[in-house]
Amino acid sequence: MLDETMKKAPRPQNQTSVFVKRKRTFTIVFVSVFALFTVSAVVTNYDVIKGFESIPQSIVWIAKNFVPNAQAWEKLPKILEKLIETALLSIAVTVCAAVCAFFFSLLGTRTTKVNPWISRLVRIVAAFFRNVPDVVWAILLLFSFGQNILTGFFALFFATFGMLTRTFIETIDEVSSSCVEALHATGATPLQTVFQGIIPSSVPEIISWVMYMIETNIRSSTLIGILTATGIGALFDLYYKRMDYSAASLVVILTVILVIVIEIISNQIRKVIM
Amino acid sequence: MPILEFRNVDKIYNKMTQALTDVSFTVDEGEFVTIIGPSGSGKSTILRCINRLVDATKGEIVFDGHNINRADKKEIRQIRKKTGMIFQHYNLVDRLSVIENVLHGRLGHKSTISGVAGHYSEREKENAFIILEKLGLTEQAYKRCDELSGGQKQRVGIARSIMQEPRLILCDEPIASLDPSSSKIIMDHLSNINQTMGITCILNLHQVDVATKYSKRIIGLTQGRIVYDGPTEDLAKETIYEIYQSSEGELITDVG
Repeated sequence: MLDETMKKAPRPQNQTSVFVKRKRTFTIVFVSVFALFTVSAVVTNYDVIKGFESIPQSIVWIAKNFVPNAQAWEKLPKILEKLIETALLSIAVTVCAAVCAFFFSLLGTRTTKVNPWISRLVRIVAAFFRNVPDVVWAILLLFSFGQNILTGFFALFFATFGMLTRTFIETIDEVSSSCVEALHATGATPLQTVFQGIIPSSVPEIISWVMYMIETNIRSSTLIGILTATGIGALFDLYYKRMDYSAASLVVILTVILVIVIEIISNQIRKVIM
Repeated sequence: MPILEFRNVDKIYNKMTQALTDVSFTVDEGEFVTIIGPSGSGKSTILRCINRLVDATKGEIVFDGHNINRADKKEIRQIRKKTGMIFQHYNLVDRLSVIENVLHGRLGHKSTISGVAGHYSEREKENAFIILEKLGLTEQAYKRCDELSGGQKQRVGIARSIMQEPRLILCDEPIASLDPSSSKIIMDHLSNINQTMGITCILNLHQVDVATKYSKRIIGLTQGRIVYDGPTEDLAKETIYEIYQSSEGELITDVG
């Protein structure tokens, strides 16, 4: 095919070649990332070499202090109790937020919206709840509820509600717009359409997102627990401030195990329902 | 007796796109009418104006004595109950079983609560199985719809619309995603429903040859205007070229 005697094939005239364009984009991205790194390193006095040099040191320190010893294992029942409390709270929060978010998101989707203004409002409200981090929610709510399990509950609830509303809106629009049209055409009422069309077709995605949020919430509730002095976070904070690093490390290890176990379970559930 | 009448209907999307211009026609009870025309000529818009999935901008649409444009929510539901609709992409609830999808045709006739709960009477279930038998889907009744082939899915779509006991069935490109043999099965079923049950059918089709074979009357649409409305025998070749705004030798029907 490609012998040199052949005439050159025509290419588009007066347009930049795609290959040149790609090369240009790559160069620009590389240069700007490097520039950003350099500028921020200079501004924050970050020494790259020193940073890397300190890694072995910190590993040695962690290995020395962050190992659960016999004393730490004695605290196991107490840690487990708090851990379970935290896990149950996360599940409760996520399920409550999911139910609220589902019905709220119905007002925001293209397929089921009541009118465009309400839909826009729903999206704005969801964006607001989502974009305020759960830790900030916790700090704000500390003023009204004090150091209380309710503070953590609402902080997680708001963040989860915002996140799930947004994802549910997208899921419903993606999965069920065609069957919603058909059910409308049969004369079904909006509520019938939701229960006969939208829920059956989007339930796997919805469960999948709820599982993901349960995992996320167990992680965040550890952090929020430090602020609200409840759950596993408070326990970690206590041991850490007492410089009881071996007990604190046991808390960390158990939390990681819990998150992994939950992830494995939810992956199994996903496999079954998909 | 006319069951459906369009009087000078206009449809403009988003105050910008003129989809229909001065469309007028009447359809008699029991007719089998096919609308042909290029993509974007407004065929789907016409069908969707009839059951108010789309609101006409101007003009009047009268269906079975009711003025559709002025119908409130309750009346719209009554109109939709009496009109079945069949879609190019079937629009079934894929994760539910065939029989449940067929029974969805009854939702318009039920109270909200029993529809939400998916509670159907024995008679309704019996009717659903009778319809499935007629369409050759008895074995598939308990299967999930995503296990079916395209032709089978479209038959479920037909079953769902018959379940409504409609006066009129609207078919929006019913065979556009199907192979020739499934297409024939679907067209035969539709024609059979029209003849034995006396249900009026309005179809949108891309295949001119199918349209001329199955329907006695054809409406040709170009850029939102009706350019032909009459018996199939009178549809001249030149008119077909006019509908598709092309000249001899440019259409797939010209091959062979």
